[in-house]
Amino acid sequence: MGNEENVGKIIDYSGRQFKQIGTRVVRPDGVEKVTGKANFGADFKANGMIYARTVRSPHAHAKIKKINVDKALKLKGVKAVVTGADFPEIDVNDKAVGEVVVSYYDMAHNTIARDKVYYDGHVVAAVAATSADIAEQAARLIEVEYEVLKPVMTAEAALKKNAPVLHKHLFTQGVEPKPDKPSNLAARSQFKLGDIEAGFGQADVVVERTYTTQTVHQGYIEPHACVASITADGMVNVWCSSQGQFMVRAYVAKICGIEISKVKVTPAEIGGGFGGKTVIYLEPLAVALAKKAGRPVKMVMTRDEVLRATGPTSGGSARVKLGAKRDGTIVAGDMELTYEAGAYPGSPVMLGCMTGFAPYDIKNINAVGWDVVVNRPKAAAYRAPGAPVAAFAVESAVDELAEQLGMDPLELRLKNAAVEGTQAPYGVKFGPIGYKETLEAAKNSPQWKAPLGPNQGRGIASGFWFNIGGTSSAEVMVNEDGTVIVATGNPDIGGSRASMALMAAEVLGIPYERIKPLVADTESVPYSMLTGGSRVTFATGKAVIEAAQDAVNDLRRRAAKIWDVDLEQVEWQDGQAVCIESDKHKPLTIANIAAKADKTGGAISGKANINATGAGPGFGTHICDVEVDPETGHVTVLRYTAIQDVGKAIHPSYVEGQLQGGAVQGIGWALNEEYVYSDDGRLLNTGFLDYRIPVASDLPMIDTVLVEVPNPGHPFGVRGVGETPIVPPLAAVANAVSHAIGKRCADLPLSPVRLLSIIDGK
Amino acid sequence: MAKHHVSTTINGDPAEFLCDTQQTLLDCLRDELQMTGSKEGCASGDCGACSVMLNGRLVCACLVLGVEADGATIDTIEGVAQGDELHPLQKHFLDEAALQCGVCTPGFIVAAKALLEENPDPTETEVRYWLAGNLCRCTGYDKIIRAVMNAAAEMRGA
Amino acid sequence: MAKVVLPLEVARTFAAGETEHEFAARDVRELMRQLEQRFPGIRARLERGIAVAIDTEIYQDWFVEPIGPDSEVRFLPAIEGG
Repeated sequence: MGNEENVGKIIDYSGRQFKQIGTRVVRPDGVEKVTGKANFGADFKANGMIYARTVRSPHAHAKIKKINVDKALKLKGVKAVVTGADFPEIDVNDKAVGEVVVSYYDMAHNTIARDKVYYDGHVVAAVAATSADIAEQAARLIEVEYEVLKPVMTAEAALKKNAPVLHKHLFTQGVEPKPDKPSNLAARSQFKLGDIEAGFGQADVVVERTYTTQTVHQGYIEPHACVASITADGMVNVWCSSQGQFMVRAYVAKICGIEISKVKVTPAEIGGGFGGKTVIYLEPLAVALAKKAGRPVKMVMTRDEVLRATGPTSGGSARVKLGAKRDGTIVAGDMELTYEAGAYPGSPVMLGCMTGFAPYDIKNINAVGWDVVVNRPKAAAYRAPGAPVAAFAVESAVDELAEQLGMDPLELRLKNAAVEGTQAPYGVKFGPIGYKETLEAAKNSPQWKAPLGPNQGRGIASGFWFNIGGTSSAEVMVNEDGTVIVATGNPDIGGSRASMALMAAEVLGIPYERIKPLVADTESVPYSMLTGGSRVTFATGKAVIEAAQDAVNDLRRRAAKIWDVDLEQVEWQDGQAVCIESDKHKPLTIANIAAKADKTGGAISGKANINATGAGPGFGTHICDVEVDPETGHVTVLRYTAIQDVGKAIHPSYVEGQLQGGAVQGIGWALNEEYVYSDDGRLLNTGFLDYRIPVASDLPMIDTVLVEVPNPGHPFGVRGVGETPIVPPLAAVANAVSHAIGKRCADLPLSPVRLLSIIDGK
Repeated sequence: MAKHHVSTTINGDPAEFLCDTQQTLLDCLRDELQMTGSKEGCASGDCGACSVMLNGRLVCACLVLGVEADGATIDTIEGVAQGDELHPLQKHFLDEAALQCGVCTPGFIVAAKALLEENPDPTETEVRYWLAGNLCRCTGYDKIIRAVMNAAAEMRGA
Repeated sequence: MAKVVLPLEVARTFAAGETEHEFAARDVRELMRQLEQRFPGIRARLERGIAVAIDTEIYQDWFVEPIGPDSEVRFLPAIEGG
């Protein structure tokens, strides 16, 4: 590498032996995290800080008639109270035009209610006081008068004739003719390939079934938390854990009516997000309170607030019909998804329609999605949003199809597997992908061949996620001693700092330990899209690689100056500038050159601000063995293997960790997790005792197989890996249980009560 | 009502603080003593992120009142490493990538240390059941269990 | 001529349900101009939360991406993630 034109170009490293990429280094932020020194959202303190609590609706659906804050304001120690009236009005049509359409109106109203509340836990007011205890007392003194309305708690109830309508301005999108009355049906979307009538006409075997799932939460262990301060001249500082400091800045600015340049957001370490922290809840409230009180305000959610009022993901139903010829060729696929969006439109139903059939080369597809509002909290993204539910249905249907055809479910998948050039359900053809490779790896895995005992069953399922690129920025700064700082704008949610440092180390040719990666605030690095969509190692990694290449070119220019030769004479090898006519000049290390930075033009650095394209999709195949206790309905997961095409594993341990974590979330989704509401719409399981996520004693080791089909869109072949792992497990578990009991399990979660009713034929 | 004055020993050092009756030990550690290593995940004793040792017993600090610390001996995550010398559990968590976001890690380290002090040679099942009170949403527990068992082996000199 | 495929809902509203069309455009900017000429109002609709795929590459933030003479251009919903 020694060529200025290489900056910004994709340098093909495929086939090259990596020196540091792929090694299992200790992460640079690791020591702080194992000693309890790392600062998460609730760990910040600001001088003069006061504490805030929220007042939340106990009703699932109600009009707010009156809010009286007088008694609260009189309480000694109370510094400020805010209600919806303290926030600027936002036009109902105000949407963020960019990637996904985000309704600012909905977001602002979800943050704090205006004239109506739409779910149990909807914020109605917030109060800040000199202690958390006083704030809590003050919150209880705020009097809210409601006119309680009938809630609709399921899509079915919401779509009934004469069902109470949540939003008078909500007219169904995507249907013709356009409706003249508002309803709870927010949108219809559809994707078609070929002709399913003709397709099913060719089928020898057809399976059709409706599958249901419940509302589940991302379940991050760290509740939302922030500290906000605002100076007298309106400069806002926010410390919070989030999946994107620039996202927080933009949304706070919008909801509070402040210019973006007046808001600075410093990212704390984040204790889990999984998509649930790609939106904001507390920050605008804290900012508004800080403004009124003239003091920094700390706000932390309690666990029950997290579960009641932050975006879970949609529950819903999926009707899937598959047709195949006798020889196993799948000729047609028909899917209808109905997802509960929660209080405001925007369930990921469209993404479900686009991903469900993606692992298969099916020429005739129809996928219809219905987005329905209900009186539950507004859904937020949860790891591959929309895909797990659709995949649960499709992968269960493929399993049923295999049974009917008398075919091995793995062989059926191999026969129909999407490959490079296959047209995805959303019409785009795939580039190089590794789906078939995951099936081959499953076939060769020790688990696939292991014998099973009584009451045991094995399930296999596949899954797909697009993975995205997007805007990322990176700066590579060379210190006087030749060590390097790599600054990016993406919170580290799973070990990405280590991967950034490894990629920079590989390009610069210096040891990983000489690199310090950091996650910068919104004023110290150019704009970066949030951490999500499995994009950071791919897109931010690409920016880091390009920034490091840019730094290398700067280092080469300095060496050329030092040697007084033309730039073309200077190559960069293994962390050193090497003169082509090597007998004239000895190589200069990065430290040598850095020591002379002032003399050769000033500080040495490189940067890259990119919008990364070329993301490669991820496919996974999971195998699950279970044992069912026919008396209690309890399911034990005996063995689990997660196989995925990961492109190139920059740090294999953290890639394995993504597969294991996503698989276990999916196991929880399949076996235990669900929101339980009372008839009047109050959430009953508001804590981890009754919202039961998997614990260590529920599980075996999660074996992983990393298949590496490099993504040509990234210099090192990286594919996003984080989201795909949650897509296969719902069906992998359900298929296993179905085989164990000899009956199809189509309704999740397969809790003991539900499973017993299936076993007993109720 | 006047605050209570609590005198206690934390990680071997004398410590004093003032607290209200209803403040938990977790609140006191975090807000009165600036020891934010123990985390609040649920405040109801379900997640284990606030695991500490109270008089040699593993407890959730959110289920202990601050006043109960008076005259007691408390050990927190901040006292696990000796200066800059990490405990084998901490080293193994790092080497084996047994953390992703890291928020549950302090609780796991304290709980695992308590296990190994009681049972230096636990089976995988014993480790899983001992740690069943510590929730992790990121890792799926696999690498945590391996790290604990490998640390145990190292500590036994095996 | 590049093949251009519109999302079903957009095709229903602007193009009488016909999703497949042909255009000769060098890049996405020119394509948008031509689309707006043929289907007035379609540009505003496509600029909201829609990504563009040119052959196998999906562009979430599109502007002036080049289109080959035999390219297939598809408009599809933008993808976020969690």
